[in-house]
Formats: sequence, C-alpha cells, structure tokens
Amino acid sequence: MIELNSVNKSFGDLQVLKGIDLSVAKGEVLSVIGASGSGKSTMLYCINALEQIQGGSISVDGLDVHAKSTDINKLRQNIGMVFQQWNSFPHLTVLDNVALAPKIVLKKSADEARSIAEKQLQHVGLGDKLDTYPTRMSGGQQQRLAIARALAMEPGYMLFDEVTSALDPELVGEVLDTLRLLREDGMTMIVVTHEINFARDVSDRIAFFHQGVIEELAPAKELVNNPQRQRTQQFLSKVL
Amino acid sequence: MSESANAIQFFTGFRFSDLGFLAEAAGNTLLISVISISIGSVLGCLFGWALHVSVLARYLLGSVLDIFRSVPLIIQLLLFFNFFPILGLPLEPFAAGCIVLIFYTSALVAQVARGGIEAVPDSMRRASRSLGMSYLQDMRYVVWPIGARAMLPAWTGVALGVLKDSALVSVLGYLELLRASQILITRTQEPFIILAIVGAFYFALSYPIGKLSARLEQRWQYD
Ligand SMILES: Nc1ncnc2c1ncn2[C@@H]1O[C@H](COP(=O)(O)OP(=O)(O)O)[C@@H](O)[C@H]1O
Ligand SMILES: [Mg+2]
Repeated sequence: MIELNSVNKSFGDLQVLKGIDLSVAKGEVLSVIGASGSGKSTMLYCINALEQIQGGSISVDGLDVHAKSTDINKLRQNIGMVFQQWNSFPHLTVLDNVALAPKIVLKKSADEARSIAEKQLQHVGLGDKLDTYPTRMSGGQQQRLAIARALAMEPGYMLFDEVTSALDPELVGEVLDTLRLLREDGMTMIVVTHEINFARDVSDRIAFFHQGVIEELAPAKELVNNPQRQRTQQFLSKVL
Repeated sequence: MSESANAIQFFTGFRFSDLGFLAEAAGNTLLISVISISIGSVLGCLFGWALHVSVLARYLLGSVLDIFRSVPLIIQLLLFFNFFPILGLPLEPFAAGCIVLIFYTSALVAQVARGGIEAVPDSMRRASRSLGMSYLQDMRYVVWPIGARAMLPAWTGVALGVLKDSALVSVLGYLELLRASQILITRTQEPFIILAIVGAFYFALSYPIGKLSARLEQRWQYD
C-alpha cells in the first residue's frame, strides 16, 4: 500500500503540493489527471524520494519513505517508474538496458540478469530487438523498453508519468496496450495521464489535481461521466 | 662552392649518433607528456565533477583553474620553477615541469569533463536512480560511459596540445625534443635537417593519440 498523509512540498517559495492525502491499495490502478503544473509529477517524485517533502509523510508497505533510516536504494527497487522521456541508456543494447540494474543493484549473475531481461522484453513485445541499440528504435518501442527495464526489478508498484505525452499519436496505442497488460497482471499502478478515456477504462479510481490539491477523487467512470466539482467539469470539458 | 663540398659539410655536421640523442630526448618528451596527460586527466575529471556538483567549487576552484588556463604556460613554468628554491625546496626541471603540466592539463580537462557530465540529461539520471542505483553506480555505469563518449573529441584536442606544449619545459633545462634540437643546431649549424627530424618525432608521438581516439570513437558508436 502507498499512503500519503497531508504531504506538503515546496520549491523555494512555491508550494507545489498542499496537504495531499491519498492511499493506493495493493492491486489498485489509480490515474491522476489535471492541468500542467498542478503538481502531478512532483507527487510521483516524492513517492520514490527523488524529491524531498517539507511536511506530512509518505509510506510504502508501511515503510516511511523520507525517514533517515530508510535505505532509499532498497526502497526504489520496489517502486518502478517510467517517465515522459523514455531515457534509454544509449550506450547499451536493448538487452543490457534491462539487464543492467538487476546485475549491479540486485547482484544477479550475468546469466540470471539476461534471462530476466529477455523475459521482460518478450512481455512488452521487444523479444526480437535484444541486440539492437535503442537509438535505432521508435519512441513507442523505447517507452516499452523503459517499462521492461523498470519491471526487471520486480517492483511491487509502478509509477507512470505521462508516458505517452512525448509520443507521436500513432505510437500511443502500443504503450497504452502495455499498461493494460500490466493491469491484467494485477500490478499496482499510479498513472499520471492526459488520456482520459484510457484512465476511465483501465483505472479503478481517478484523482483530479488542481493547483497542488486533490480536487476530486472518485471511481474512474463516476469521475469522468459525472464529475461533482465544477473545476473537474471544466477540466474534462476542455480535454474530452 | 660546389654541391659536393656542401654535402661533406652536412655529413660532418650531423652524425648518425645524434639521432640517438634525439630519440632519447623524444623519450623524455613522451615521458613527461604521458605523466602529465594521464594524471592531469584524472585530476581534471575530479575537478570537472566538483564544478558540476558544487556552486562553491565553481567559484573557488573555477577561478584557480581559470588562472591555469589563461596565464601562458611558459610563464607558469618559470614562476613555479624559480619560486620553490626561494622556499628552500629546489625542484628538478623534470619535477617542476610535470607539476605545472599536470595542473595545466587538469584545468583544461576539468571544463571538458564538466561538459561530459552535463551531456547526460537529468531525467536519465533520475531514471537510473529510480531503478535503485546508488549515486556512484549511476556515475559509473551511466554518466561515465555516456559522458566519456561526449568528451572524447575535446579531450583528444587537449592531449595533443599538451604533448606539443611540453616543448616549453625546455626553458627549465629539461632535455626534451626541443631543447635537444637547439643543442644540435648550435653545434652543427644544420637547423633544417634537425628541425625536420624533430617534427617527424612529434608527429610519431601524436599520431597514435589521434589514431586511438578515432578508433575509440568508432567503437563507441551507438549502433
Ligand atoms: N525542480 C523544480 N524546481 C522548481 N520548481 C519546480 C521544479 N519541479 C517542478 N516545479 C514547479 O512545480 C509545479 C508543479 O510541477 P509538476 O509537478 O511538474 O506539475 P505537473 O506534472 O502536474 O505538470 C510547477 O509550477 C513547476 O514549475
Ligand atoms: Mg508532469
């Protein structure tokens, strides 16, 4: 379970998260929508301690993320993250992109790491690209590579930050299909997205962010079809 | 004067054994260059990293390195060489030359290395940290290989420059190629042939660096 309790986060004088309360249960898929700049990415970064928080607390499986005693590298192994930019390691083959972290972080043998990587790459449909370099692949393929790379750590949770926003429209589908696949596998996910239809169809609940607060949080279909708050209605009417 | 008279004067002036003398001096040029470039590059990478991570280092270390980069090398050499005896610590020309060249190299490499580190986008480093890599693992397995590729051409330029600039250590009396050539020219009065040979030696020393760099660049292509 991921739990946020009145989380405050500021960059200097700019308060970006204003008392966020949220909990995501094992197996749940939560989508996060909201205007650009409302703090969605920042919340994800706080959950795996890529950013520090100034107030409140965040726990993952009961472990306090921002406690000094927490082994942050260990914690991050349990929380996979995929970004808007796919960030493939350009100097490594597709296989080595995925095998690197299992090898050096989980201390797997080269053979083990290889078979983990092959399995994950097959899962996202890149089984025929093992020895290719990522710069030779399309954005959609590289984004699926990034997903496989995160999954290779066998995390209990996955965070997705607008993973289709930088893709050409015709490549969005293949990445969303990969997310659907994960949902079927029962993966617990927080998905920041602008794809409202995807959010409605695939997630259990949707949180609507507005200027650093969760303005509305409801079961996915309810929030999209029958939003209660005026700001949610306005936002949805603009993006749908 | 007939042509044959000239030829006789030529052969009596420049002896075959002088070639050995020049080769030995070339060895000294190679020695001081290899020491300066290797140690200076390692130091320069550390300095470049410091410049990247710390604002304070950018001000303090950055200014010191700017001095090394902007004061002519020959002045640095003479200042440094003449300064230590005042402290009662006389330095050999070789040691003084090495120290100055090491810092000079490190100052040039520091900027190159900083550029190399900053060639790796923040978002990629967040991605590797999000996989559970430690700061050092990210540095070692992601930033270094990508940064090294990015800095290779500029680093090669620095290395070739230092090899040639090592000629300036001759002003301290260190017997490297340039100084050896001056000695021979004075004795033989045959500047043309001697400078041509010295040029050939410099070329022979530089060529492998450029070749190695080109080979690495090719091997490191991303596909
Ligand atoms: N590293 C940072 N330093 C300063 N301000 C930042 C930083 N990261 C984000 N912000 C600011 O925080 C706010 C929220 O950003 P972000 O979480 O990226 O929003 P979203 O993902 O919803 O578009 C924005 O105003 C942004 O400019
Ligand atoms: Mg964002």
